[in-house]
Amino acid sequence: MAQSRKKSHAKTSPDVMFKVEGVTKVYHTGELDIHALSGVDLTLYEGELAVLLGPSGSGKSTLLNILGGLDVATDGHAWFRENEITRLTESELTSYRRDHVGFVFQFYNLIPSLSARENVALVTEISKNPMKPEEALGLVGLDHRLDHFPAQMSGGEQQRVAIARAIAKRPEVLLCDEPTGALDSKTGVHVLEALTSVNEELGTTTAVITHNMAIADIAHRVFHFGDGRITKTYANKKRVAPDKVQW
Amino acid sequence: MSALDKKLLRDMVRLWAQALAIALVMASGVTTLILAVGAYRSLEETRSAYYERYRFADVFATAKRAPEFVERQILEISGVAAAEARIQEFALLDIEGMEQPATGLAMSLPDYRELRLNRIYLRKGRLPDPGRVDEVTINEAFATAHNFELGAKFHAILNGYKRPLTVVGIALSPEFIYSIGPGDLIPDDRRFADLWMSEKAMAAMFDLDGAFNSVSLKLLRGANQAEVIKQLDDILERYGGTGAYGRKDQPSHAFIDAELKQLKSMAQVIPPIFLLVSAFLINITLTRLIALEREQIGLLKALGYRRLTIAVHYMKLIVFIAAVGIVIGVVAGTWLGQGLTRLYADFFHFPFLIFKRGMDIYAIAAGISLATALLGGLRSIYTALTLPPAVAMSPPLPTHYAHLGIEKLQLIRHLSQLTIMAIRHIIRWPVRSALTVLGIAMSGALLITALFSLDSIEFMIDTIYFQADRQDATVNFTHEQPRKVLQEVEHLPGVLRVEPYRSVAVRLRHGHYNRKLAIVGRPPGADLSRILDRDNRPVELPQSGLLLSERVAKLLHVSRGDMVDVEILDDSRGQGSLDATSIGTRRSTRRLPVAGIIQSYLGLAVYMDLLALNEMLDEAPVVSGVHIAIDKSRTGELFKAIKGLPAVSAIALQDASLAKFRETLATNLTIMTTVYVVLSVIIAFGVVYNSARIQLSERVREFASLRVLGFTKGEVSHVLLLELAILVAAAIPLAFVIGYGFAWATVQGFESDLYSLPFIIKSNTYAISALVVLAAATVSALIVRRRIDQLDMIKALKTRE
Ligand SMILES: Nc1ncnc2c1ncn2[C@@H]1O[C@H](COP(=O)(O)OP(=O)(O)OP(=O)(O)O)[C@@H](O)[C@H]1O
Ligand SMILES: [Mg+2]
Repeated sequence: MAQSRKKSHAKTSPDVMFKVEGVTKVYHTGELDIHALSGVDLTLYEGELAVLLGPSGSGKSTLLNILGGLDVATDGHAWFRENEITRLTESELTSYRRDHVGFVFQFYNLIPSLSARENVALVTEISKNPMKPEEALGLVGLDHRLDHFPAQMSGGEQQRVAIARAIAKRPEVLLCDEPTGALDSKTGVHVLEALTSVNEELGTTTAVITHNMAIADIAHRVFHFGDGRITKTYANKKRVAPDKVQW
Repeated sequence: MSALDKKLLRDMVRLWAQALAIALVMASGVTTLILAVGAYRSLEETRSAYYERYRFADVFATAKRAPEFVERQILEISGVAAAEARIQEFALLDIEGMEQPATGLAMSLPDYRELRLNRIYLRKGRLPDPGRVDEVTINEAFATAHNFELGAKFHAILNGYKRPLTVVGIALSPEFIYSIGPGDLIPDDRRFADLWMSEKAMAAMFDLDGAFNSVSLKLLRGANQAEVIKQLDDILERYGGTGAYGRKDQPSHAFIDAELKQLKSMAQVIPPIFLLVSAFLINITLTRLIALEREQIGLLKALGYRRLTIAVHYMKLIVFIAAVGIVIGVVAGTWLGQGLTRLYADFFHFPFLIFKRGMDIYAIAAGISLATALLGGLRSIYTALTLPPAVAMSPPLPTHYAHLGIEKLQLIRHLSQLTIMAIRHIIRWPVRSALTVLGIAMSGALLITALFSLDSIEFMIDTIYFQADRQDATVNFTHEQPRKVLQEVEHLPGVLRVEPYRSVAVRLRHGHYNRKLAIVGRPPGADLSRILDRDNRPVELPQSGLLLSERVAKLLHVSRGDMVDVEILDDSRGQGSLDATSIGTRRSTRRLPVAGIIQSYLGLAVYMDLLALNEMLDEAPVVSGVHIAIDKSRTGELFKAIKGLPAVSAIALQDASLAKFRETLATNLTIMTTVYVVLSVIIAFGVVYNSARIQLSERVREFASLRVLGFTKGEVSHVLLLELAILVAAAIPLAFVIGYGFAWATVQGFESDLYSLPFIIKSNTYAISALVVLAAATVSALIVRRRIDQLDMIKALKTRE
């Protein structure tokens, strides 16, 4: 596992990036409570590319949102390095997101009134050590679409802008919720390539949610979700390059 | 520029039409505020500076003839700082090229000293030389009306002698900022003049050597004015005093007070309406924008933008809209303010105008507008802040529509699904729909408020000129005349009928309420000039008792059947009684019943039977003037004859007075009505346009889907237009109700001792208001409809939400 880590010492003792212990999430909706997460334990290591699989409603997004500081757990603990994110206040969570986390969403969530470059600048303006928006867009192969607005781009291109926006601040973690969900396989491959190359070149710890079993092959480790729990975890013996993924 | 600011800028560009509509509504509020407060302050400030510099008096009194030493007695009244005594008499003026005689109030100027009070401002020339009976200084308005320059000549009938007068000076006086002739409704500078002449000359002309018949007092700060007036009345009683009065009863002062009062109520009522409507518009627009940008807000939060940053982002939008509104409002307010002040300059005679345009009023207007705007946006910004980032990431649930609850009705089955869509949407957003209705109603209400005054004034004109005072002319005498003067007038050429009247200065008392006014005595069966009851039916004068106008009854808190004490101030028996040593003779007081309450839109009217009045005064019957019916083909002869009558001080022609009245109103009302129509259209347009745009944005997918399903453009717009039509239809009756209320409040705000406005709203006014609102709504709806026609189905369906 972890063949392509940049940090040399990683082999001996990989740093823990996320540690999750007994996290539950209950949504109170009128008559009945929905247990989106019912006791999740998991560890993610620095530089790791993890894929989360599982049926719809099994709690993948919920966990990712809690890891990313978008949502708070009902119970249990989660740490980002040595900081317990389940204890942070609203404004501490904001700082946490601002400084450490990059998000990629299924529906891209670009600001329609801003161009590709400006959507990325939205993040670089508030981060400490960002790359140039152009550089980030270059990493995802969009150097030629800098001044296009979201409405002028295809879904795959929009998703790559979203990735560029997420990586532009050189985040320590990249959380992607079904980044290829709305894309065809060819564009999906472009997006996955962008993700793996960021993971490899920047060493960004990356978690990717997907419904596509085939995509799991690109990960270092795969987590299976079912009914608000992790049902199965395994490491890929042999990782597959994105362009070899079939779906 | 930060990426967030770029987003803001592009949002503004996208929303410019809505933003501008809101900004214009806000601008209207700012404009009216600056206009009203600015004009109020300019007028108030100019008046008080004028009063201060030219020492306008605090108390005024007239008498028949008071010897000079009385002035010293007056100065001894505690609280009196200065006194200025003079001779003043009305005079008929004969001006070349003007058939009708004009009237002048001739006032004496001290020959060898400056005026102590009511100083005059000399615009041109000089004051008359001491003792010169043929020199006069005239007021500027009169000079302008006749194109009189220095050296111009006209004739005046002074104490029965027709004298040629030469204009040696042109001046203004704080006593005559608003200068209105006896018996006139509205100033007519051609027909009324202020004349200043040498004291020595006037004393000789009027046999008042060593005496005066008019006095003004300046009081010390903190003096008790009521007490001074009482003592002054006591002193002047035996010299034919007619009752002293304070500034509040000084005609010029009172008219400006009435104007100031109206400006004040305008500043208090109109701007808040606009600001509230604009706050509402900001509220709905921003709520919608934030709903649309849910995911963007969630995203910003996910990216680590702080809540404050997001709040500031949306506040900037509001501030931007408000700034546009404020700038437009300030420019328009300043411009219109100058217009209004210029209008005042025509109407009020000031030697100078002080433009009180302090920065504070701009700051206040801007501050209030901005605060209201932010307040309007507060709720939606709060919503944005409380959106948890994770929830913002998931698509919003489909809007929950309620069943109409009337589906069971047979009727509803006949409505098309499209109609039901429109109705459900209204019910889905009840508060917004209600406020939209209210906003549109405000527009109609403002129009009614503006237009009803035309109805009221028309009604007032009809009542005064065609129901009550039906005489062709009124002849006033310089002093009371014995009844035999009636025959003289009757024999004048062209006179068909005469009806005498007698006016007596009194103070009416009831409990601790009292008011100085004049009782007018009329002969029984008077038919030229009639008294109308509150339903505007002519009433007969009762043989005893008083008829009081509503205003007087209200001031004295009396109703029919109550007794009032009548203290007679104007006692002609006092004339010439020179046993000045017997101080303390009490003025005669009678107790009379209130026989009825009558209608009167002008002044403080009190009537009684002429015979009863003469009896009460216990004197030989005299008259103050006569109302006459004339043969209008012979007015030339009549005027010529009247110019030869020494006793006549003025003749007021109803036709001329009405024409002048209409002319003055025409200018003022046209300006006012135009302003109001523009303001109402702005509100109607702003509200309808914004709610249509918001509706469209909420339902763009719905509409696109309908188009995909094969509905025509017309059918799809039907949903939107129908909803607007229902809202406008609901707003119009509400506009009538609110407009009725505003109009009523305006009538109350208008009421003063000088005039009151009848409360009349014609159906035309309602109809026109409804039509204007409808037109503004239709135009704005059609603009939005065009957007539906241009709807890009694919694009609308591709975007989320
Ligand atoms: N805001 C919410 N209110 C109520 N229930 C919620 C809410 N968000 C999620 N849930 C419920 O929590 C459970 C887990 O949801 P989650 O979004 O984590 O699933 P998921 O594994 O991401 O599913 P999918 O693959 O469809 O995205 C589901 O049953 C969902 O209905
Ligand atoms: Mg999910």
